[in-house]
Amino acid sequence: MINRRQFLKIAGISSIAGLGGISVSNVLKRNWLEASQVEPDPKAIVGKRWGMVVDMRRFNTEEDYRVVMDACHRVHNVPDIGNPKQEIKWIWKETYEHAFPSQEFENPYIEERLKEKPFIVLCNHCDNPPCVRVCPTKATFKRKSDGIVMMDMHRCIGCRFCMAGCPFGARSFNWRDPRPFIKKENVEFPTRTKGVVEKCTFCYERLATGLIPACVDASREAAKKAGKEPGLIFGDLKDPNSEIREVLSSNFTIRRKPELGTMPSVFYIIGG
Amino acid sequence: MYDGGKILIGLIIFAGLVTFPLWNNIGKATVKPDPKIDTPEIQKMAVKKCVEPKAVMKTVHMKMLNDWRDAVVREANRVYIADDGKQYAMSLQNTCMKCHSNKSKFCDECHNYAAVSPYCWDCHIKPKEKET
Repeated sequence: MINRRQFLKIAGISSIAGLGGISVSNVLKRNWLEASQVEPDPKAIVGKRWGMVVDMRRFNTEEDYRVVMDACHRVHNVPDIGNPKQEIKWIWKETYEHAFPSQEFENPYIEERLKEKPFIVLCNHCDNPPCVRVCPTKATFKRKSDGIVMMDMHRCIGCRFCMAGCPFGARSFNWRDPRPFIKKENVEFPTRTKGVVEKCTFCYERLATGLIPACVDASREAAKKAGKEPGLIFGDLKDPNSEIREVLSSNFTIRRKPELGTMPSVFYIIGG
Repeated sequence: MYDGGKILIGLIIFAGLVTFPLWNNIGKATVKPDPKIDTPEIQKMAVKKCVEPKAVMKTVHMKMLNDWRDAVVREANRVYIADDGKQYAMSLQNTCMKCHSNKSKFCDECHNYAAVSPYCWDCHIKPKEKET
């Protein structure tokens, strides 16, 4: 027979041995994932706050618009579904009254030419993005490092709150499998699946490997060929010496729906 | 016991039905999964080595892929530094499947056996496989 004192001794020693054994085996058994290291690509272009200027003076012919839209949609496997109700768009043409509805109040007598001109619009990558605030899964989030409003397709549950939240209509829902509608797949980039929301991501995947966004690149290339200035300028808004700041400080620019306080990072030079 | 015979017969039929999957498969050898890593890309490699040792890849590849996607999409870290110091771009489509270009023989072989169906390929484009 053991007495109470002996029992407690045995129980105490065995529990210490047990706990110790677990921690010893944890140390010996290496955790590969905890030990793994990751880092950004050294080629990546880094900025504090990415932004874009759309210089509408450079968008005149049908071709000018097509070049930038096609470049984006080709690189990102954006399907061409044909049905406007199910349309998927990352960068597209919008009428003046839809792009800048508040301007009707500010200046109803603005140049007639502007009212007829289609505007290039895309996700504004707002400083204060309502889509991020409403997303229940954090599938859409604002990157702290550079302000890009990102999409994590792995997390999107397709609730479409973000589409209701976005005042710019920048988001598209995949009502059906987009794959049959992609003319030529870019095998370096994924497609999307039925039931997720997608939008422009400021080409985070290109920035991470040292390339500027596809639309800006295409606009530059086309401008160079024609010997003109590019219609899209991309850069770091927080860098006072950047090209974009130079353009912004020497031109009058407007933003879409500034009265909503979302603080878009896409600026428009509307005329001149 | 009232209606003992009927109950017993019923019980025997019931037990038979419930154990049907067991006795139906007795003696039939299920084909063991046999993932292949003999793609042309891997054949060409001087040192046939994955990102981490084979045993590690076998047991933690699913967790690793999860970590990779969060690192790339959410933290903008794209480079994985392996245990031996080598660096790899963290990308399912552009790194993993560039070598393992035989999805049906590499991924599906075990996944089908284990009845797991990860939804990677709903979005990620699988490599084009030649009919062999």
